[in-house]
Amino acid sequence: MTPASSSVSRLVPVAATTVVFLLGFLICALTFPNFASLRVVMNLLTDNAFLGIVAVGMTFVIISGGIDLSVGSVIGFSTIFLALAIERWGIPPFAAFALLLVICALFGAAMGAAIEFFALPPFIVTLAGMFLARGTAFLLSTDSIPITADLYGHLSDHAIRLSGGARLTVPAMAMLAVVAAGMVLLHLTRFGANVYALGGSRQSAGLMGISVGRTTVLIYTLSSVLAGLSGIVFSLYTSSGYSLSGVGVELDAIAAVVIGGTLLSGGYGFVFGTFVGVLIQGLIQTYINFDGTLSSWWAKIATGLLLFGFIGFQQFTLHMARRPRRRATTGSAAANAAGAAS
Amino acid sequence: MTVKLPRIGTAQILALAAILAINGFVSPQFFDIRLQDGRLFGSLIDVLNRGAPVAILSLGMVLVIAMRGIDLSVGAVMAICGAIAASLADDHSLVVTLAAALGAGLACGLWNGFLVAVLGIQPIVATLILMVAGRGIAQLITEGRIVTFTDPGLAFLGGGSVLGVPTPVVIALAMLALTLIVVRGTALGLMIEATGGNPRASALAGIGTRLITLAVYMWSGLCAAIAGVVAAADILGADANNAGLWLELDAILAVVIGGTSLFGGRFSVVLAVVGALIIQAMNTGILLSGFPPEMNLVVKAVVVLVVLLAQSPRLASLGLIFSRRRS
Repeated sequence: MTPASSSVSRLVPVAATTVVFLLGFLICALTFPNFASLRVVMNLLTDNAFLGIVAVGMTFVIISGGIDLSVGSVIGFSTIFLALAIERWGIPPFAAFALLLVICALFGAAMGAAIEFFALPPFIVTLAGMFLARGTAFLLSTDSIPITADLYGHLSDHAIRLSGGARLTVPAMAMLAVVAAGMVLLHLTRFGANVYALGGSRQSAGLMGISVGRTTVLIYTLSSVLAGLSGIVFSLYTSSGYSLSGVGVELDAIAAVVIGGTLLSGGYGFVFGTFVGVLIQGLIQTYINFDGTLSSWWAKIATGLLLFGFIGFQQFTLHMARRPRRRATTGSAAANAAGAAS
Repeated sequence: MTVKLPRIGTAQILALAAILAINGFVSPQFFDIRLQDGRLFGSLIDVLNRGAPVAILSLGMVLVIAMRGIDLSVGAVMAICGAIAASLADDHSLVVTLAAALGAGLACGLWNGFLVAVLGIQPIVATLILMVAGRGIAQLITEGRIVTFTDPGLAFLGGGSVLGVPTPVVIALAMLALTLIVVRGTALGLMIEATGGNPRASALAGIGTRLITLAVYMWSGLCAAIAGVVAAADILGADANNAGLWLELDAILAVVIGGTSLFGGRFSVVLAVVGALIIQAMNTGILLSGFPPEMNLVVKAVVVLVVLLAQSPRLASLGLIFSRRRS
């Protein structure tokens, strides 16, 4: 897909993210003696499973040059819908899952269609979607409803046991599967190539013969379906449904995508980077939990600082990437300017 | 066919009148206004009073959006400035308190403007940083507690009244007048519209686009600070978790309802305030009509969609696009 020479430099942001994660983990391990264990890593995966799933969808949306603000509300809608469907309406859990994913797919497709066919900014369309999904969740019920179905008990007991009391839980497995599937879909299929093309330039993508409309609708459908799946995982994780769950998750997901090295202007990014971005956010939270004296609001400040650091890094690399080209075209003028500056 | 909204904004005024009429229909005493203890009371006054913070926010947001930007951080800035005002109010004079709170708002705006104008980061991302971190900073200031105060001077800004009109309404009107004088009384408004329409061409035409961008984000920060102080004064305390929560979305919505294009270049300050009043009138109407308040978000979503479709540049040529797609 890409020339071998540029593919190395393309990996720099993802490599930087991975280095930051490893350094962070090292700092944690040196600070807290019990930190460097398989158990902590597995809990990191389980606790951030719902965020990881939704962030994979957000990666596709952002690489295509869009944004999806509705995902947090879709998670809230999903958990309350599942709780009502399973507990009140007597729908078997798996049928409820399937029904939910169909509803989410239609919801995402409708948003994508509104963005494409009415040429509206994704920001404001998904904002309306955010209101709609959260409002519908409120209308369904404002109570927190526990889910007592047998399947939920089985699924939370079911886990692959590893050494040292570590457990690879169902939510963690679901996230790893979604990350793997997302990587295949984005990097190895025609749809994935179209997503990159759309982010590079919608107009050029259209002129190249890519069906821009169809791809846009599919991208937002994918994001909403993954948000629905994330809602399923969230309801498994908490064994309940609540219309206020998932408030602000869209911000965490966007932050994870940006920290993962994806360009918010679109056209560049990796699912793996997003995965590491989610783990970094989880690591900050785990550090605060281990420390015990730090308040949880430090997590927000740390995430904000990381966001700033990575965005600054992106701007710097973009600037560096543009510079040699300019020097080549305007030749001696740029060289003179550089000489004068030094 | 396309519904082209006229520049004067008859559509918005009609919408506001229609919503007020519906409110009057579901709640007959809606238009009753009585004078009690030297202050006006009534549902209509309530709409103005409760709508004031969003109206003040929208005064900053409308200029940012006219520059083809967006400021997601205003809710968090409200929380920061409210927290500062509430924690200083009892030990310092009102002047110091207000100077600190408004100064913090300007600093937040300067930070956003610096990221956008100097570092060239997209507005959504640049202001997202402060949106995420800002609430943490506010909680740092209040140390995670809800800080309360008793200073009557600051409390007056939220609960007092001037000639019977609640202070928040007076402040919002004063800010509206100030914005209009600065933006429409000088060439600044024209420059903002030019920069939003085509930044490159404006820069070539000799407009200091970088300075104007900085100034506009600082203005938005200042408006957020004032809204934050008013909100804190209203409840006699600062709640870092909930102050201004999601109000950035309401402010953006008010601006969009006011007919300002998200693609920049055209804006109306007055209609943005009318947009804020439309939102508040809907909220109050839903409460009065006895519908569950949960309906609020669904109604808002529908209103956004209708406004968006009315503004959509492609609605006219929709049929054409469909036929082209088929072939």
